[in-house]
Amino acid sequence: MSPVLSVKDLKVSFPSEAGRGDAVRGVTFDLEAGKTLGIVGESGSGKSVTSLAIMGLLDENARITGSIIYDGMELLGKSDKQLSAIRGNGMSMIFQDPLTSLTPVFTIGDQLVEALTVHRKMDKQESWNRSIELLEAVGIPNPERRMKAFPHEFSGGMRQRVVIAIAMANNPKLIIADEPTTALDVTIQAQVLDVAQKAQDETGAAMIMITHDMGVVARTADDVLVMYAGKPVEMAPAHELFHKTRMPYSIGLLGAIPRVDKKEKQPLIPIQGNPPLLIGLPDECPFADRCPIAIPECRASEPALLPVDTGTGGNHLAACIRKHEISDGGRIGNGTVYPIPEQLESELTLTPREERPVVLEVRNLTKTFPLLKGAFLKRKVGEVRAVKGVSFDVREGETMAIVGESGSGKTTTLLQIMDFEKQADGDIIIAGTSVNDIKSGKQERLLRRDIQIVFQDPMGALDPRMTVADIIAEPLQAIGTNRGDANRRVDELMDLVGLDPAHSDRFPQAFSGGQRQRIGIARALSTSPKLIALDEPVSALDVSIQAGVINLLDELKAKLGVSYLFVAHDLSVVRHIADRVAVMYKGDFVEHGDVDDVFDNPQHPYTKSLLSAIPVPDPDIERGRERIIFDPDNI
Amino acid sequence: MSDMIDPQVHEKELEFEPGNEPAARKRMSKWTLYSRRFLRNKPAVVGIFIFLLLVAFAIVGPMMTEYDHIDMDFLNLSTGPSAEHWFGTNASGNDNFAQVSIGLQRSLMIAVTVSVGVTALSAVIGTAAAYFGGWTERTILLIIHFLMVVPSFLILAMISNDSGGDWRVIAFLMIFVVGWFFPARVIWTMALSLREREYVHAARYMGVRGFRIVLRHLLPNIGSLLVINFTLGIVSAVMTETGLSFLGFGVKIPDVSLGALIGSGANTITSAPWLFYFPAAALTLLTVSMALVADGLRDALDPTSAAGGRA
Repeated sequence: MSPVLSVKDLKVSFPSEAGRGDAVRGVTFDLEAGKTLGIVGESGSGKSVTSLAIMGLLDENARITGSIIYDGMELLGKSDKQLSAIRGNGMSMIFQDPLTSLTPVFTIGDQLVEALTVHRKMDKQESWNRSIELLEAVGIPNPERRMKAFPHEFSGGMRQRVVIAIAMANNPKLIIADEPTTALDVTIQAQVLDVAQKAQDETGAAMIMITHDMGVVARTADDVLVMYAGKPVEMAPAHELFHKTRMPYSIGLLGAIPRVDKKEKQPLIPIQGNPPLLIGLPDECPFADRCPIAIPECRASEPALLPVDTGTGGNHLAACIRKHEISDGGRIGNGTVYPIPEQLESELTLTPREERPVVLEVRNLTKTFPLLKGAFLKRKVGEVRAVKGVSFDVREGETMAIVGESGSGKTTTLLQIMDFEKQADGDIIIAGTSVNDIKSGKQERLLRRDIQIVFQDPMGALDPRMTVADIIAEPLQAIGTNRGDANRRVDELMDLVGLDPAHSDRFPQAFSGGQRQRIGIARALSTSPKLIALDEPVSALDVSIQAGVINLLDELKAKLGVSYLFVAHDLSVVRHIADRVAVMYKGDFVEHGDVDDVFDNPQHPYTKSLLSAIPVPDPDIERGRERIIFDPDNI
Repeated sequence: MSDMIDPQVHEKELEFEPGNEPAARKRMSKWTLYSRRFLRNKPAVVGIFIFLLLVAFAIVGPMMTEYDHIDMDFLNLSTGPSAEHWFGTNASGNDNFAQVSIGLQRSLMIAVTVSVGVTALSAVIGTAAAYFGGWTERTILLIIHFLMVVPSFLILAMISNDSGGDWRVIAFLMIFVVGWFFPARVIWTMALSLREREYVHAARYMGVRGFRIVLRHLLPNIGSLLVINFTLGIVSAVMTETGLSFLGFGVKIPDVSLGALIGSGANTITSAPWLFYFPAAALTLLTVSMALVADGLRDALDPTSAAGGRA
């Protein structure tokens, strides 16, 4: 069978001020009908640029060489007009952000009809009926009525279903999905992936699934292509790639992910350093700087993507000169490719939980938002109960995690605590002081020493106009520490979070995302707080970087005995880092307890469905899993 | 973006062994960093140099000639530049050199005072309104919107006429009646988005006081806008003052200002061009130097400028 898509030595480069940036440096693959190719890599690895090059959606200043043969036609060199006849017809795309990939001023029906009629002659009634069929196929209830609805009347997951319906409208031969579920909650992600799978089954199309999530790849892909610095570094059938990994970078990626189905609390294995800049790369292995098993020959020339024999006869390619020395499970010789970091034991974990002092106690925390009506004099016509009376406590040296999907009220809970919001029928007690007793600004500032926060977005949380030293010293200044002590503390803290204190007079722009998050953590630690609130601290980071930050948090907890209140939507990370967990749904805790109890033996149906929806980075486990759908009407 | 720093690669081994004083290494302060970046910018240094020359001219100039700006030399009426009158004389026999230097002095005082005053006032009021919100915001906006409908130029003209053209009264009025509210409203809208930034929340959760957050986090982040406001403010202050003088409401004879000089020089541009070109050149140099300095300041303060996050 001839492949639907055949990409040969695809190279894409962009001009930039510093010189030509080679975003994609030679991608080759064939894709057959009905098969799914997963392309994984971290941000900047060139995976999205590859897909845009195939669709012909790159900017005009991009220089593209190589060959892209789709259905027997060479796509490179075709004009935009010629490509328009193929795009959306034989080849369609599912974009990452469902909130922006639908036009807000047209109804869903209009957009579906447009997708159909732009490529084929269809009368109005026919296209309307076909649109309803499509909506039905992607699982939208009441399709006849929903056709007349506007995109803003749909939730994110529903919109992504509509985007999939549009993508499958013209029976495409190739569907490119660029991070289709990254912006969605896990339970929605599972449903959308199922719909995408269904769309593929119905149309018999080949699919390219671009993602950074190894779990999604394990679930959907037949073949996997791992990209690094614009080049494929390993390509193999899914099973092979996950179990017989041969390239150190892929091994690192797999080792860096926390697993939701594993109990033991081994430190994660981060990949050191940062990806290289793609301008004027030297002729050497681009991963050599970060590779723990690099040898001088790695720097002689860039290794080609060559077959490697793993004993299964599968078509397995890897770009590493030591690939034959590496065996299954990331082992080389007598050791492992990545040295396993030591785990720090803290004395606190040896003390039973009940004997440790309580750092934070929350009793019956409630938050309601008033619903106002009227243009001039606002009347209160009702209220939204965002948090419905939650109670919990955090003890010294433990991590309490609140998990939930977007809109569950987890961040509101956190901000209520940070705002020291006085509670009418409840209380927030931080290190023995009740916020209901705070009378003056001075008392409040005094209490701020004990509780600090780390935000989600490492870019937004640091003032770009301040040097790192000033940023870290700010909480110290707020409590009146003198300059000399503050300076000494800054050096100490930077060292503690793994940054070079010599860089403290730089601005945050000079640092990468993971490093900025470390600066944020250093700032939170500066007053030696008893509790640090972490609002999705790793969700904006790439997996290999994320692992480093998670390890740092673990290490700091063991070293300093600090407690964390951790808010996240990623259950795998929570499982790894937390001691106690509360699952939040619609403003209330549906389950609350020890992390292993909750994860291994979930009681509430919502927890069960949440846990079953998380993709596990192992194709054998992932494909055999059963999804539990939570239906709120059935409890 | 410039290349990233690798946390694992320490440029040198750092001093945390006991006995080795950790504070021995001197960390560059933000200000040394800014001044270093500013001084590396050649045009900005040229701008500073021109500005200092103009200031020197405005101060030393009047002492250099034997004629005062109000002395009249009846032997030289409307004569061109000569050894005796370096910049020539006007129809009344006033020495143009003395007049330009005194005029520059007045204009500098008015323009710089007004521009600094307007920028500082509008920045603090605008950002404070945005940060504190609530009734503070509503009151400030009410005042701004009220001032917008008041014919401020008319008020300025009337009061400055009453005061006999005293430059201090004019400067005061230009700051408080004409200048501050438009920029303040622009700054308010910009600061509204800054208010929601995470670093502002972070500062609040650290226990930093409200007004300190305004000064430390909000103001610097609209720095580029403030610098541009300041430069344009200099130009517009000179313009306003020129306009007033032209209408006869500004600085009064025998006192002179660049605006008054240019206004009268423009009438005699064919018969006595020196009366126009010398004050016009002084004004041009003033605005050009301000523009260069502002550019340099913006680049030095802006973390996203070409220098990256580096020194």
